Amino acid sequence: MNTSEEQRGTGWTGPAPGKSGTGPFPRRPAPPWNRGRGHPTSEGPSGGVGDAPAGSLVRPYTMTRGRTRPPTGQKLDMITIVVAARDREERALEPEYQAIMRLCRRPISLAEISARLDIPLTVVRVLLGDLVAAGDVRTRASAPVTRLPEKKVLQAVLDGIRRL
Amino acid sequence: MASADSENRPPEAIPQAVKIIVAGGFGAGKTTLVASVSEITPLSTEEVMTEASYGVDDLGGVEEKTTTTVALDFGRITINSDIVLYLFGAPGQNRFWFMWDELAEGALGAVVLADTRRLHTCFHAVDFFERRGVPFVVAVNRFDASVDYRQEEVREALDISDDVPIVMADARERDSCKEVLVELVTHVIQGRSPVMSG
Repeated sequence: MNTSEEQRGTGWTGPAPGKSGTGPFPRRPAPPWNRGRGHPTSEGPSGGVGDAPAGSLVRPYTMTRGRTRPPTGQKLDMITIVVAARDREERALEPEYQAIMRLCRRPISLAEISARLDIPLTVVRVLLGDLVAAGDVRTRASAPVTRLPEKKVLQAVLDGIRRL
Repeated sequence: MASADSENRPPEAIPQAVKIIVAGGFGAGKTTLVASVSEITPLSTEEVMTEASYGVDDLGGVEEKTTTTVALDFGRITINSDIVLYLFGAPGQNRFWFMWDELAEGALGAVVLADTRRLHTCFHAVDFFERRGVPFVVAVNRFDASVDYRQEEVREALDISDDVPIVMADARERDSCKEVLVELVTHVIQGRSPVMSG
């Protein structure tokens, strides 16, 4: 079955406009580099702006006390792996932080924390930043942007997929 | 900048995460492919982009904020005790391209799922990965109703170079999806510079 995307409420609202695509393939047109990439900041609001009602953000950003970025500019991307620091005493934390700490008993990615707690990535990033700054969790960042994974990593991935 | 090997190893090792992007038009089978190979039921997360803009009229620093929310589906494959592979479905619509930059950062490679009934829906994915230099393979998802096309017809329509692998696939079949991923990672390894051997 291939219905899960269709059932989603956010985002996946329909096929791209254009020809219906039966018969001979239309050829790929020249890349539209000069048109920007639809990023709201690149050329003012894009067609996607307004997708979510603005009100939906009030509560998530309350958790971060209005902050939209982690405190010390840490590199926390979607697949940064986080684990609770073992040597820390348990201390009183607000519920969101507690929930994150529970998930971090075993190594877990930022994206998984976001999905399992149903908190947007942006918000999880800020909350995790606080926990990193306080020494409650340790992280392992994914590979730097400019470098591909090492060959031994690639080979391990290849072997792992073959074993599936 | 620390090199990869001299990265500070913590007392208890934290696994390293790598990711593969699964792109393609709406309904091309991205989530289906992810589900076929993932060890967990695919999860969904949300990214919210908030852009502040200041009005010109004096309202005492009142900001106007515009927001865009995009959902991302992803699955996970534990490779070994030190490596976890994540598969992210890339949002299909052009207006979510801001998300693609983040997805592409550090990605090992990408699978472009082509739906031969609507081949044009994967054009922008091909454009994007070519431009970003992200290695990719094209997986032609066979739908029951779709006509069989030859690889070369797809290659010509997508205007991709000969070294980009094109594989026929069925996103519902685990083995088929495994083959696609094997093809991709092999392609990535082959594309690496010889000095990186070892």
